[in-house]
Amino acid sequence: MPSPTEDEVAVDPVDFSKAEVNANLTPDEKMGILRQMLRIRRFEQVSLKYYNQGAMGGFLHLYIGQEAVAVGTVSLLGKNDHVITAYRDHGHALAVGMGMNECMAELLGKATGCSRGKGGSMHFFAPDKNYWGGHGIVGGQTPLGLGLAYGLKYHGLKGCALCFMGDGAVNQGAYHESLNLAALWKLPVVYIIENNKYSMGTTLDRSSAMRNCLAERADGYGIVWDIANGEDLYEVRAKTANAMRRAHEQSLPTVLEIDTYRYYGHSVADANAKKYRAADEIERYKTHHDPIRLWKKRLLEEGVTTDAAMDAMDDEIKLEANASAEFALASENPSPESIFEDVYWEVDNQTEAGNTGRHFFGD
Amino acid sequence: MPLITYRKALNDALAEEIMRDENVVLLGEEVARYNGAYKVTEGLWERFGDKRVVDTPISEAGFIGMGIGASMLGIRPVMELMFWSFAYVAWDQIINNAGQVRYMSGGLINCPIVIRGPANGGTNVGATHSHTPENFIANTPGLKVVCPATAYDAKGLMKTAIRDNDPVCVMENTLLYGESWEVPEEEYTIPLGVADIKREGTDVSLIAHGRAVITALKAAEILAAEHGINAEVLDLRSIRPLDEEAIMKTVCKTHRAVLVDENKPFCGVSAQISSMIMEQCFDELDAPVQRVCALDAPAIYSPALEPIQLPTAQRIIAKTLQIL
Ligand SMILES: Cc1ncc(C[n+]2csc(CCOP(=O)(O)OP(=O)(O)O)c2C)c(N)n1
Ligand SMILES: [Mg+2]
Repeated sequence: MPSPTEDEVAVDPVDFSKAEVNANLTPDEKMGILRQMLRIRRFEQVSLKYYNQGAMGGFLHLYIGQEAVAVGTVSLLGKNDHVITAYRDHGHALAVGMGMNECMAELLGKATGCSRGKGGSMHFFAPDKNYWGGHGIVGGQTPLGLGLAYGLKYHGLKGCALCFMGDGAVNQGAYHESLNLAALWKLPVVYIIENNKYSMGTTLDRSSAMRNCLAERADGYGIVWDIANGEDLYEVRAKTANAMRRAHEQSLPTVLEIDTYRYYGHSVADANAKKYRAADEIERYKTHHDPIRLWKKRLLEEGVTTDAAMDAMDDEIKLEANASAEFALASENPSPESIFEDVYWEVDNQTEAGNTGRHFFGD
Repeated sequence: MPLITYRKALNDALAEEIMRDENVVLLGEEVARYNGAYKVTEGLWERFGDKRVVDTPISEAGFIGMGIGASMLGIRPVMELMFWSFAYVAWDQIINNAGQVRYMSGGLINCPIVIRGPANGGTNVGATHSHTPENFIANTPGLKVVCPATAYDAKGLMKTAIRDNDPVCVMENTLLYGESWEVPEEEYTIPLGVADIKREGTDVSLIAHGRAVITALKAAEILAAEHGINAEVLDLRSIRPLDEEAIMKTVCKTHRAVLVDENKPFCGVSAQISSMIMEQCFDELDAPVQRVCALDAPAIYSPALEPIQLPTAQRIIAKTLQIL
């Protein structure tokens, strides 16, 4: 069982819509949540189309199916709350407010991309939106998330760092070291394990030793943990809000494991995408557990909107996604000289330090 | 001789060594049921089962360290890094434990392990996934490192690496996995520390390792066809141990050297070779040694630019013409 604490706000175990953070949502805000989830899905569907046409290289890890996690959690963020994640990063990027244009342009490796064509799909960044990437090495972001929390505490700011990771990343040593530091130094970090049940082609039970769930490992460090059903946006928000409150009010870490599912292969290049899991498993999730479908149903039940209004929103977002592809295609490639830019701050800023000694070497 | 891919050659080497020695175990992420992220271990789990081919969690420090420890009791682990770029999370195990245990124990312990996987740029996977750490490994006495450029070499070197009683790092290349070369059906091995002349020539020596050998061969063809220059291409194959004699021999023959290296220029393998040539055959040189390396910045993602970051035949030709 999760380990509840005194500060936890009581929530109805079945209906998280009554949790305070959800009960106060306005119809506009609820529609905003739908908009963000649809933006992620449509953006990625368009990106997949262009990937298959050869417009981009490398990897493309799609987030489709997991949208409620990024959107639900990020919808709670305030001025001093920060986000960092792994390589499956398009969803979080759009959720924090990055534009489709700079994201699509990055996928195509264009100069107008959010990372100037240098990072690609796995390495989106937007520090101005408290979004610190986009990290390709499994688990590599977990100490960085801790560092964001450390920085907040150091500055005396009331905020927290949401550090997202996969169910496979929990087996990296850096994560365990981070948990110890987080507990030892009372740092306001929330580790959000997006448990989509697979790390590449490996099922959870073949990669992780545990009693009941991955978050429970936090017990060993005396860190409060919880689990959430990632198809229920209200539940994601309610439980994330608890973790964030713990960070804000008490400067304590939390591990929150959110159950979710990815519809596509590990990456688009995953040759075994249809081998390690049964087709009916994927279908079952799409039909019965799709976060967007369930949220739409909820909005209809609550009388917030109509099918027609949601369809109109969707059409508008499809246009936005297609327009971002047009933008990316029409954008310039980075110049060859730019290969040597963005390596050293001092050199880019032509400071004395940057002009002292040789920084780059030729053949 | 049958044409087989670099991937299949490695796969055959692994299968043959699993059959030859009951202590050989393959360990790594997705190596068993998934058949390997790049299919190098395809079919091996089905053939040899759970004991010999083992899927690991994403815990490189853990399973590589474990392999080093197991080798102390006679196990001969062959550990796959899905990319050599992920070695950095296991760096302490590789450098400090595998690399130093023999010395620190005054020779009481040895470490017969293989760490293998692709180490290359050129596939638009960004800076974190495009590292070529052969120079770091070669900088560590106690470790060995080989970079096969063809299927024939990949098989022969892998078999030797597995039988070697020291830690050997085998750096493969995702861009070569699908390429085919002639590979004999009968068993063979290639000793570590023996370079191979991939093309005989008289005017200039192109010295390279890994995929840069293939680029150098392309450049040599163009140099012959368009410039009447007959380049010799020396494939180092093994970086440490290094075939110093072969390097000096080709330089003494052609009196000119262009070193081709997909690694970065600073303290890369070619920097070491350049210094050795200068020290040992200075009087034989008719021109300064030239180098063609990766452009000195992290690997850029942009598919439009990454191809120019790695050595190209054009750059090799330009450098060669400068000294001829
Ligand atoms: C240190 C390291 N090892 C291996 C990889 C290759 N790799 C990338 S993603 C991945 C699976 C991760 O699965 P999970 O953490 O569950 O995240 P998901 O892909 O499901 O979002 C692997 C093995 C890597 N990027 N970094
Ligand atoms: Mg996963």
